[in-house]
Amino acid sequence: MKTYTNTGSKDTRSGFGAGLTELGQTNENVVALCADLIGSLKMDDFKANHPERFYQVGIAEANMVGMAAGLTIGGKIPFTGTFANFSTGRVYDQIRQSVAYSGKNVKICASHAGLTLGEDGATHQILEDIGLMKMLPGMVVINPCDYNQTKAATIAIAEHNGPVYLRFGRPKVANFTPENQTFEIGKAVHLNEGSDVTIVATGHLVWEALEAAKALEEKGISAEVINIHTIKPLDDKAILDSVAKTGCIVTAEEHNFLGGLGESVARVLATNKPTPQEFVATQDTFGESGTPAQLMDKYGLNSAAIQAAAERVMQRK
Amino acid sequence: MPSTQQLEDLTTQVRRDILRMVHKVNSGHPGGSLGCAEFFVALYQDIMEYSTDFDMDGIGEDLFFLSNGHISPVYYSVLARSGFFPVDELNTFRLINSRLQGHPTTHEGLPGVRIASGSLGQGMSVAIGAAQAKKLNNDSHLVYSLHGDGELQEGQNWEAIMYAAGNQVDNLIATVDLNGQQIDGSTDTVLPMGSLRAKFEAFGWTVVDIENGNDIESILKGMAEAKSKTGQGKPVCVLLKTVMGNGVDFMMHTHAWHGKAPNDEQLEIGLSQNPETLGDY
Repeated sequence: MKTYTNTGSKDTRSGFGAGLTELGQTNENVVALCADLIGSLKMDDFKANHPERFYQVGIAEANMVGMAAGLTIGGKIPFTGTFANFSTGRVYDQIRQSVAYSGKNVKICASHAGLTLGEDGATHQILEDIGLMKMLPGMVVINPCDYNQTKAATIAIAEHNGPVYLRFGRPKVANFTPENQTFEIGKAVHLNEGSDVTIVATGHLVWEALEAAKALEEKGISAEVINIHTIKPLDDKAILDSVAKTGCIVTAEEHNFLGGLGESVARVLATNKPTPQEFVATQDTFGESGTPAQLMDKYGLNSAAIQAAAERVMQRK
Repeated sequence: MPSTQQLEDLTTQVRRDILRMVHKVNSGHPGGSLGCAEFFVALYQDIMEYSTDFDMDGIGEDLFFLSNGHISPVYYSVLARSGFFPVDELNTFRLINSRLQGHPTTHEGLPGVRIASGSLGQGMSVAIGAAQAKKLNNDSHLVYSLHGDGELQEGQNWEAIMYAAGNQVDNLIATVDLNGQQIDGSTDTVLPMGSLRAKFEAFGWTVVDIENGNDIESILKGMAEAKSKTGQGKPVCVLLKTVMGNGVDFMMHTHAWHGKAPNDEQLEIGLSQNPETLGDY
């Protein structure tokens, strides 16, 4: 199978910070807002370089979202930054009315998504945010897989006119996609050709999917691996073309199986080509404290879980 | 500038519009709409500088945001009669496929509306964002907003109020419609808010009172005072004392007409108290 090299593990939130820094230099309409988490969101550089375009709103996420909507009136492109839980669930109605329904060009950028912020526990982990955001009409939902892709996605969403939810995380994870890649919203990335099973993964689980594919290859199973960085709009064609070859699919995400990537894929399959599917996702549960690796193991969100799901789904063909 | 008599005539016509709009669809919010008729007329006919050739960004114009979106009838009537869209379109209020949704929205592209409102408490934050964009654009025009007094029970307002003072958002005039009523009764019985003047001042705002918010000249004078206090490092709050249901005697001084339409007979009484001035739509 095609080999991918980890050029040095990095956190995806730092990819966001680097993308925002670049946008600060290239697009004078980009402004940034943060709710008392500048360091955690890696927004320090943007703030230092463009203090006049940076808004520290304090611990007041609802006001932050409303202000972002207002800043678009006058041609600004606001990027809001806080943890994923406080970016979505806490301010759902503000996003719904002032941003999505009002059609405002706001980029909601959310770190510490999923289980992998670890020790802080369930109050700070969110496994429902993809569902919350993808249900909003007109909202684009993106969950890039590594540092390089998060940086590219951050830059790309400034060019998209409309609301976007960009989800990323805290832990250092393998950085393996090309530096300075072009990020195309809604376009899946084929990472490995395969014929026995399709694995579509998003976010931190893309690298785990590649690890699973390697292990499956040693058992003589040929896995196709697709990186679905954009959950909405979903690249239906990439999924349907792949299952036409393989006849079964595993979806993998750091999110609840209700409302996540897996359900979106299931809808595409059910309405076009019913196909056996296994979900690697949390099973309608909250998270808890622990190290990221312990949590991903306990909740079945790693390469071993993906590998097992692939073997299960192949038996259902 | 139009004369006071012209503004009063327009206000009377706006009251007729409000009553006829909510009567036709047997729904909507006449009480707060009637209470703010003079304010909207003064704002759009005298106080604000804007173009009716509507542009969302509104650079080089004063902007207005309605936070308590349920008083859409007065907003729509004044927008139409100020030239943003044909007055006849008031006929479509709350009907299927209309741009005049129950609560204002940008979704249907109605000229004059820059944000959806209805779910309460969000407009102050939006107005602050728009005011900050004006500063970035070196645009010296002002941002106006209107909020219900009961609406200030929503916590997001106080996040916004704290932010605006702490960050010298001094190109914003936020007006509170102080009618003392909300759906379940008087604000004092539902959730007493104490002195709003003391609260805004404690947060660091400049506060201007308009004691008679249903008198055009008082509104013009008070808003001119508010405008003179912008650009001085503090956001400006106008406490606009109004009578809910103003201009229709049986709707006044009660919360009963917050969200209730008049029947045929009540409509006729209301209209008879507000004779046609500029022509019904």
